[in-house]
Amino acid sequence: MELLRFTTAGSVDDGKSTLIGRLLYDSKSIFEDQMEAVKQSSERKGLQHVDLSLLTDGLRSEREQGITIDVAYRYFATPKRKFIIADTPGHIQYTRNMVTGASTSNLALVLIDARHGVIEQTRRHSFIASLLKIPHIIVCVNKMDLVEYSEDVFNKVVEQYHEFASKLDIMDIRYIPISALNGDNVVNHSEHMPWYRGASLLNTLETIHIGSDQNHLDARFPVQTVIRPHDVEYHDYRGYAGRVAGGIFRTGDNVTILPSGMTSAIKSIDSFDGPVAEAFPPMSVSICLEDDIDVSRGDMIVKNNNQPEVSQDLDVLMCWMSAKPPRPGAKYYLKSTSREVMAIIKEVIYKIDINTMQRLGQDSDIKMNDMARVKMRTTRPLIFDEYRRNRITGSLILIDETTNETVAAGTIHS
Amino acid sequence: MYNKYYLTHLQELESEAIYVIREVVAQFDRPAILFSGGKDSIVVTHLARKAFYPAKIPMPLIHIDTGHNFAETIEFRDRLVAELGIQLIVGSVQEAINKGRAVEEEGINASRNELQIVALLDAIEEHKIDAAMGGARRDEEKARAKERFFSHRDEFGQWDPKNQRPELWNIFNGRKRMGEHFRVFPISNWTEMDVWNYILQENIPIPSLYFAHHREAVYRDGSWLPNSEFLMLRDGEKIEYKHMRFRTLGDITITGGIESDADTLEKIVMEVSATRSTERGHRSDDKRSDTSMEDRKKQGYF
Repeated sequence: MELLRFTTAGSVDDGKSTLIGRLLYDSKSIFEDQMEAVKQSSERKGLQHVDLSLLTDGLRSEREQGITIDVAYRYFATPKRKFIIADTPGHIQYTRNMVTGASTSNLALVLIDARHGVIEQTRRHSFIASLLKIPHIIVCVNKMDLVEYSEDVFNKVVEQYHEFASKLDIMDIRYIPISALNGDNVVNHSEHMPWYRGASLLNTLETIHIGSDQNHLDARFPVQTVIRPHDVEYHDYRGYAGRVAGGIFRTGDNVTILPSGMTSAIKSIDSFDGPVAEAFPPMSVSICLEDDIDVSRGDMIVKNNNQPEVSQDLDVLMCWMSAKPPRPGAKYYLKSTSREVMAIIKEVIYKIDINTMQRLGQDSDIKMNDMARVKMRTTRPLIFDEYRRNRITGSLILIDETTNETVAAGTIHS
Repeated sequence: MYNKYYLTHLQELESEAIYVIREVVAQFDRPAILFSGGKDSIVVTHLARKAFYPAKIPMPLIHIDTGHNFAETIEFRDRLVAELGIQLIVGSVQEAINKGRAVEEEGINASRNELQIVALLDAIEEHKIDAAMGGARRDEEKARAKERFFSHRDEFGQWDPKNQRPELWNIFNGRKRMGEHFRVFPISNWTEMDVWNYILQENIPIPSLYFAHHREAVYRDGSWLPNSEFLMLRDGEKIEYKHMRFRTLGDITITGGIESDADTLEKIVMEVSATRSTERGHRSDDKRSDTSMEDRKKQGYF
């Protein structure tokens, strides 16, 4: 059974909570006592219906305000796959949450109200999905029951989205007409829409091909820590522990250690369960080298014939996540894979209006939830790939050295 | 073992947890594993063993002893620590009460659950623990659905849910000031079903309390509360002899069991997959209010 991580975004009215509630309920991932608690809370609030958003909005302040503040992670499984939903609020002030949810997802679920078609929020969510290189998008045209299950209405929404999405960098987009409330095309094929011959939403989630989402070409192994047992049996053992971030490693491979540039060969790839013939993403293993050379946390083991960039100058698309704007000339801790360096933002090239996707060249004033293309300079070299080639080795975060807060997330462009 | 270039969901979850545990050891000076004796912390300990093999787990276990334990839990803990050859730190609720640091709850619903917070924070401070790893999962409870892998705690050990650090990709920010610490949850993305399937797959030893057995218990608030020297009967309640097992293990005074015939791991997996209520549904500490878990977490509960 494989694992599929997907993200959703939406506001109170577009049926997102209902859809998630239905996926959880129909896959028997909501338990009777949880359902009972939600029913009782709904009744106490004097609601006519069972408010499924109460399943996801767990924090006191969210319940009080009736809004989702933070990314909530939800889990369900079918006999075919296990799913992790990163459920994020859709309001513009929560761009940082959408970016967070998108960062670990293979798929984005975009909900469109059939009556309203593509709206600002649809564009925003889709744009963020494309900036974060989510490989698959499923567009659910929801509330089909309110437009008499009309094929025409569905086709118009599809056309509208298709035109907008042609400006985005998204490889795989699918469209499904649904009614989350009535369950049409959610789990089972709807009797109300015989004109739709595609798969139901759940069936699509279960079968969409995600095996090629990982990078299997460029071998990258960021070293997290060094394992040295210090006992008699393993006296000279030195294993470099990490998780494969790209490509496939095999015993005997000729490798280079970055940033030092020293070379060696892989003596063995180890795990608790025994030697591993081939290590590929996202496996956690330990690599032993033939030569006794200096390798430590923050270094990267790569193959000789395929190397990442090593540079102190970065071109980054950044999402600013802190209420405090960046301070001019300030140094930040920059973390990327297991490597940490200091960095400054040298220049704001342009800001992006995430609603219109326009570049704002004149405005270099960065605030919370802004997306901006910036130039950065680091104190020591960073080891990276372009984000579009590798989402692990092409991503970074910035940490404020005075507050220790995570203030920005970035994707590296060169 | 790996024929094609993809992992099963359990392999992927295992790899993610090992990655998180290695980050903890790399980023912190004095990490520890919070060990309750329950299945989740047993799984975290197993994963830590895998993460540093062939070296020993490079951190101690911390156990918060409420004084109201199942005897089996303590025996299991001591055996495991001896086998792993690592240090055990015990934080005692009784000691906190004796020192006047905590006050025993009174009345029929009294439990030492809240008092664990004091003993835990004391142990963290005394041993200068800067990262305490636990087996909490996001699927357990609403307030946990928004918990981070790396959860920052202030100098009072408190959690601020509205001011959490965003966590992107798998880049974890463990930076902190003096006196602050982190709670880290390597199996955040696991469900109860995943934990049981993993225990079965890896054949991990767990306390006998999880398997169906005969014991004296009283029916209260929808589950079977075990008889013990600490149990106070309410009007109309009577002790019965039941074939039962526990789905979670905590303080003996608040951990209710279910009637069950599941006496093997295979049968437990089948029972859990067919079951219709959450495991924490049998914990009376979570039933106090809609946000009782959030309130306890803010104060420093695991």
